[in-house]
Formats: sequence, C-alpha cells, structure tokens
Amino acid sequence: MTERMADYNTMELMICTAARELEDGASVGVGTGAPCAAAMLAQKAHSPNLVILFEAGGAAPLIPEMPISVGDSRTTWKAIMASGMCEIMETACRGMLDYTFLGGAQIDMYGNLNSTRIGPDHQKPKVRFPGSGGANDFASFCWRMMVMTPQDPKRFVERVSYITTPGWLEGGDSRAKSGLPLGAGPYKIITNMAVMDFEPESKRMRIIAINPGYSEKDVQDNCGFELLKAPKIVENPPPTAEELAILRDQIDPYRYVIGR
Amino acid sequence: MEVLDQGIGAIFTDPDADKAREFFRKKSRALTPKVMSVKEAVEKFVHDGDYLCIGGFGANRIPTAVCHEIVRQGRKNMGFAGHTSTHDFQILCAGEVFDKLDVAYIVGLEARGLSPNARRYMESGKVKVSEWTNYSLSVRFKAAAAGVSFYPARNVMGTDTFKYSGAKIIQCPFTGTKYAAMPAIWPDVAAIHVHEADIYGNCRIRGITVSDLDVARAAKRLIITCERLIQNDEIRRDPSYTVIPYWCVDAVCEVPYGSYPGNMYGEYFSDEDHLREWLKVEQDPDEFKRFLDKNIYSCKDHFEYIEKNGGMHKLLKLREKEFMFTKARD
Repeated sequence: MTERMADYNTMELMICTAARELEDGASVGVGTGAPCAAAMLAQKAHSPNLVILFEAGGAAPLIPEMPISVGDSRTTWKAIMASGMCEIMETACRGMLDYTFLGGAQIDMYGNLNSTRIGPDHQKPKVRFPGSGGANDFASFCWRMMVMTPQDPKRFVERVSYITTPGWLEGGDSRAKSGLPLGAGPYKIITNMAVMDFEPESKRMRIIAINPGYSEKDVQDNCGFELLKAPKIVENPPPTAEELAILRDQIDPYRYVIGR
Repeated sequence: MEVLDQGIGAIFTDPDADKAREFFRKKSRALTPKVMSVKEAVEKFVHDGDYLCIGGFGANRIPTAVCHEIVRQGRKNMGFAGHTSTHDFQILCAGEVFDKLDVAYIVGLEARGLSPNARRYMESGKVKVSEWTNYSLSVRFKAAAAGVSFYPARNVMGTDTFKYSGAKIIQCPFTGTKYAAMPAIWPDVAAIHVHEADIYGNCRIRGITVSDLDVARAAKRLIITCERLIQNDEIRRDPSYTVIPYWCVDAVCEVPYGSYPGNMYGEYFSDEDHLREWLKVEQDPDEFKRFLDKNIYSCKDHFEYIEKNGGMHKLLKLREKEFMFTKARD
C-alpha cells in the first residue's frame, strides 16, 4: 500500500488525478499551467517515456521547470526536436496524439468550451478572451481531450454561449456528422470535486468519481446543468506522498500553479 | 466545387494565387545588401492599411524593435494576423495600429494573465474581427507559401470558431470527407526576428520555428531583425542551416537582444519582471500613457529602451536564466 498523505490542496489533487491518466509511452499535447504540471508529474512519477508536445513546436522535451509560455525555451529543453506549429498539429491530425488537456471560461454538458467571448455582439463583446489559440486544433485532432477546471455553476453551463473548441457538439452523433476526425472527442473532466466522463450514447457529462471530502450533491450543486451518474461512482484516491513530493520539490517549487 | 457551409467572418486579404504570382514575378532576386536601421525599414516597408504579420510566438523570438517602431511611427488602419500573438499584440494595441484582425490567440500573455489595455481595445468595437485558430492561420500561411489559394483542414467544423471565420466547408473529391477550406494569406508585410542573417537576408534560426518559414515565404515584403550579422561565406559554408533565403527578404536590421523583453532560444530568457510591469501599468490608462512615453515614444531605438530597463546587467541575468546557470553571478 502506498502511503497516503492527507495534507494537500485541490489544485494538487487535480494535477495528480490528471497525471495518472497519462500512461507510459503515450503522447500528450499541453499548454502552460496545470496541464503542463500534470504531464511533468506523469513523466517523473510513472511515465518516463511520455511524449509531451507543445503547439509552438517543442517536441518531447525533458522539461526542467515550469514553462511560462508554450513556446519558451523550457519547451525544447533536452527535447527530441524543435519544430513548428504545423509539425505538431499535423502529428495530431494524422492520429499520433493520444491526449490533450484544455481549459476555458465555460464548459457545457457535451464538453464544448468557450474561451472567446461573453456577450451577444461578436464585434463588440462584453468580455473578450484570447480565443482558440491551439485549443480547437488539439480538441479536433487528439484522440482523448481532457479538461482541468474548478467546479463552479458559472463555469459549468447547460450550453456555452460560444463554442470555441469542440466537445461532443450537440451530443449523440453530431460530432461524427460535423466532419471532425472520427473517434476523437472529450474523455474526462477533472475538477476540484469530481471526475466526469461522457455517457457513450447521449455524450452527456456524467459523474464517475468523487474527490475525498465531497458528495454527489456538492458536485451537482456546483454545476449549471443536470449531471448523469455512472452505474458505479468511486472515490477518487488522494495524492500519494511520492506524487506530492515530486510536484512540490521538482515541478513547482515556487508554487506558481499549486499555490493558486 | 460545392460549398456545404461557410463562415460569416471577413477575409481581409485576397486569396487569389495568380495575383500573388504576379506580385512575386516582379519581386527582386538580386543578391544585394539590405542592411538598414529598423526606423528606415519601417518607413520603407510598413504602410498605413497594410496587412501585417509578426513572427515568433508572442513573447518568444519576436521582432520587438519593429513592433515599437511601427507604434512610434504611428501606423494606422492595418490588418493584423493575431496568430500566437501575446506581447507583440500588447504593443500593437498600445498604438491602436490595426482595425482589422484575424484572431487565433489575442489579449492574453499565456500564464502571465490578460492584458487590460488589449481587452479594452478589443471590447471597444473599433476592431473588425474574424475568428480562426493557431493551426488555421498556420495553414493559411502554408497555402500562400505554396502558391495555392486554400488549404484543407480537419479542425473547426461544428463550432462557432468556424461560424465567425471566413472558412468554407467542402468535400474531398476522392473520399467525400468534409474539410474546412482555409483561404491563403499573403501578408503585405511581415517582420521576423532570427538568430543570424547575412547582409543579403539569408537567415538561420535556432529552436522552434512556429510558422515563420511559411510566413517568410508568404509575405510580400519581409523585414528581418537578427541577433547578429554573419558573413555570406558562413552561409555558403553550410547551406543546410539556411531556413529563409535572401530572395524573400527586403530589409536586414542587426538588433542584438532584439526579442527583449521576450525569450530568445539559446540566448536569453524573457524579462518576466518587465512583462509583469506592462500588465500592471495597463490597469490605469494615465499611468500606461506615461509608461509608453518612457519606453516607446521617447526612445530613439531598441537599445535606449533596454538601457532604461536595466541595460547590460539585466541582459546578463536573462542570459544566465536561459541556460539555468544557478548562482553564476550575484
């Protein structure tokens, strides 16, 4: 039995949960912040041969410390290749990228993400966000798209007001009909309270695991739409002492991400 | 070819490949020296109303000196490719240089947060916006570099990113698969910062190339800034390192530390303190105006800007940081 450590925060738990999804030998496209921390943790803890790709061109680095930008020098530190954006996205489009981690201002019941705007007027938005960046690209091409985000009813909305990045679109077979590559799509949503996946037929979000200290009601109360429930909901195991040590001492000693 | 669906976004540049060929037919192939100051390059090659593209990745290997000079010379009504743009976008918003924008990534500085001033500008209604993604703009440049009018991509379909773009959905004539056709962009002018160039514009880049090799070939006019000039003999000694040939290039400006306050692979890391200061002063428009007067409008050139922000002492620190030398100096 691995030793469990009770003293951790929810960001650390989310990163550890995400890292466990990345098996050795897999490939993952990541951005900065929590997704990158999860990929780094996986690489150091249990997946030394994890292929980490950055949209700007960094390919399979041994990341020495948390990058600030997906194009900074840390993304090519002891890397296999310093390439370009087409190289990375073409690798994804031809089917060689297994996972990606994304975020957004809003997510809906089908895993669609909004990172573009709030307000009805596209030319004069109430709030303007960065837009897709490479998120739409990774979500279109990577086999399994995952999201790490705080559980909050303002964030988890029934329908996003703007689909920047595709989830299962309208649910059912709508994504397959859209023209996006077949078989790719949202896989897991990792929050401070729970882990969700998508019911295979309707493609609606459903609870599969609850984090220690939270209940199904907490998760539902902090979601703006009705969540489905998996036949068996398990308790998500807390971080191990080893995971926390790597995360705190090697990956994020200045607590840029885990201190949030 | 039947169009199955199309976005409502504007296409700001002409995707006609034959018109582009006519332009490139007349572009000089002469091996002539092109070394000049950034001021002169911007005066000659960047005009009001031009469509502009900036190389690098936001705050990594960006031609900062050219961005500052465009603002200093007060260019207006430009089109801009908001492709992987972060600090470069922030600078151009400070001068309200563009009013037509292809968006892939704007307003944010990645993990550093959002730019208050860029948000104000984008929420003002002054900018006409068309929506794309990083890869979509990459393939729009790739199409232009290849001399074809569009490129088929498998992203964006089914999303509002498609709806607010100028892309069209077509079917593959071989398989029937749907593709989003992305129209080529031939920018009027682009600026790219590289590690080394000779006086004719033959360029070497280390580290990631982002979309710059396609941007360099797609651009009608190209300004190169470089960390250092090298001899043409060195280019010819091993041509395998040349990533941009001189016939794409119109101006060569030697600007050591030219990506500052951005990162330059194998040279110096980004100045995070200074980038944080930018984001902070933007919260107050009056304070931001004073900051811009100090750092752009009153500066003669890039070196005066660097001098005002720590000079060589700062740059040596950033070199140490790039190589992760710990405690090499105090």
